[in-house]
Amino acid sequence: MKRIFGLPVVAILLLGIGLGGCADTKSHTQGVYMLVDTSGTYTHQLDHAQRIINYTLAKLNPGDSFAVADINTASFSQNNIIDKVTFDDRPSVSNEQKRQFRDAIDKFVKHVRPSGYTDITGGVLQAIEWLNEINPGTKTILIFSDMKQDLKKGYVRNIPFQMDGFHVVALNVTKLSSDNVDPRLYMDRLAAWQKKVEAGGGKWRVINDLQRLSGMLGNN
Amino acid sequence: MHYSDLLFIVPGHAVLSVAVWLILGSILLYMARQPAHRAILSFCSILHHGMRLSAISLRKAEARLSMRNREVLLAAGREATERMVEREFDRIGAAVNHSLAEFPALKREASEEITSIEEEHKQSSEVPPTPPAWHKAVEAVAKIPSSGDSMVAGVLEEIHKSMVKAQDKTVDEYRKSSHKRHQVLGKMLPHCRRLEHIMERMDKSVATLLNRSKSIDRHMQDHEDILKGSDRAQQMLSSSSITQFFIAALVLCIAVGGAVINFHLIMRPMQEMVGGNSYIMGFKTANVAALVIIFVEMAMGLFLMESMRITRLFPVINALDDKKRVRMIWATFVMLFILATIEASLAYMRDILSQDDAALLASLASQHATAAAGSAAAGSRWITTAAQMGMGFVLPFALTFVAIPLESFIHSLRTVLGIAGSYLLNALAVIFRVIGNVFNIGGKTLVQIYDLVIFAPLWVERMLKGRTAGTAKQGDQHFDSDSSLELGSAGR
Repeated sequence: MKRIFGLPVVAILLLGIGLGGCADTKSHTQGVYMLVDTSGTYTHQLDHAQRIINYTLAKLNPGDSFAVADINTASFSQNNIIDKVTFDDRPSVSNEQKRQFRDAIDKFVKHVRPSGYTDITGGVLQAIEWLNEINPGTKTILIFSDMKQDLKKGYVRNIPFQMDGFHVVALNVTKLSSDNVDPRLYMDRLAAWQKKVEAGGGKWRVINDLQRLSGMLGNN
Repeated sequence: MHYSDLLFIVPGHAVLSVAVWLILGSILLYMARQPAHRAILSFCSILHHGMRLSAISLRKAEARLSMRNREVLLAAGREATERMVEREFDRIGAAVNHSLAEFPALKREASEEITSIEEEHKQSSEVPPTPPAWHKAVEAVAKIPSSGDSMVAGVLEEIHKSMVKAQDKTVDEYRKSSHKRHQVLGKMLPHCRRLEHIMERMDKSVATLLNRSKSIDRHMQDHEDILKGSDRAQQMLSSSSITQFFIAALVLCIAVGGAVINFHLIMRPMQEMVGGNSYIMGFKTANVAALVIIFVEMAMGLFLMESMRITRLFPVINALDDKKRVRMIWATFVMLFILATIEASLAYMRDILSQDDAALLASLASQHATAAAGSAAAGSRWITTAAQMGMGFVLPFALTFVAIPLESFIHSLRTVLGIAGSYLLNALAVIFRVIGNVFNIGGKTLVQIYDLVIFAPLWVERMLKGRTAGTAKQGDQHFDSDSSLELGSAGR
């Protein structure tokens, strides 16, 4: 409301000095890259992932970008991206793109097969690459996983992240049976990811309660 | 060794050191007493005079501003009364034209009525038939005594009968004639009433003119007061301006509310036109574009009101000849109409987009909810659509009338700012004066406090002076006694 009442003053100024020369070059869009863990029993949680994707679709505005990729044995690949879109400037076209995106995700959820390994780092590196490429104003990586990395032999993933300006949100981080035996395992796992993200310059958050998704996106 | 150790003149004896410092300080202050007094007094005097001069300048500025305010106020009042008188004259002109246009018809009507009345009056004034002229002779014969002659009596009887018969006939004719006259007079009544109605109409016209003339007299009286520059006129105009200012501000606030609603109506669909992702100085281009449309509508409204001579903000438009002015009225009205139509279309588009958003959100939330929500809301959807379109079309025209309070606001703002400025300058002058006086008295007080601090050396000084004065007095007394002795011995 404050912005709205402040607008007339700005508009008058703009009329005076000419609209053409005052274009705002700063990007106001947001880019969201969501990683969905499809390893082992986590495929049973995909309906939750679908809910989060739909919520994100509802929250994104024209001009924003959204991609959903799965985490499997080797996640550092373009092939892992299930669907990606940069919404059109026009709201009506943007709504149609959202519908198509939702359909693509529905199709994926129906035909997904569980993977043997969990390459979270590869998925995050792929997310960083994609978000840096489209360069939105706000970059958010959503990780729908238990955050337990399980790499296939030979895969090198001991790579530091470069995440300046990134928001990383771990969603629905389920506790494993071993975590229940020793909760320190769970806490250490999350702390290790937080350390890695923050060391790369990113901001780390964990949201396990899916009723509190309102602050999930970076600009909220 | 610490720096603070230097303060201890007598090592190990803090009290003694403080006492020594106090004595030294007092001596130093005593030695600097005269220059310190002069410095304090001159410094305070400078500030006092500076403040005083500032206060005088502010007073002069306030007086100039008040005078200017008065001039502006009186000029505005003069213009307003001239406008009122002009308007009253226009109305009188219209009334006179109207009455004069009616006057020949009324006159003709009245003449016709009068002619009719005259004719009918003439008809009514016809003398009733008189009895035959011979009846007196016959009557005289009939009165002759019959003197017993039966023949004469019979003749006389016959004559009498004839007389009675003739009289009856005459009375009958007279009655008929009177009845006829009454009928004629009865016909005159509608003419009289019509004449009365005509007179009433004329009376009404004259009364209207008289009322207008009274109103003009009142305005002229105000105008004369203003021309004289009387205080009463100034006070009247001043209070009127302040009232106008607050009323106009209130109405403008309402108009701003209308503009905000209007903005919300067209903000979202503007994204379809200019895109929802471009920004100008941190604000969405779509929002700025929506505001620009609203401002253009307001500008058109201003020009329309100006062209219709309802407001007088732009002298150039007011000075245009009538032909061009009428063209301008049409041009601005057409543009307003087009903008209002665009707004109505945008409002419709907004509704479609809202429906689309709602459907999308519902489908994202649940596939089943979509159909249920859609079917429940579809029935009454047209009401909101029509309301939005109606508002989109009406609001630009409603905002046109902002020109009237805006004019009042701008005109009264000058007066209100002038009065506020005058009060501010006055208050500042008082504050400067008070501060100046504080410095003046403060300087003297500081001198007293200075002397209070060095009371010990001053006391010693007084003692010494007293002793010196006593010695000198004693010396004088000795000198006097010696002199007297010397004089005495010299005398001996």
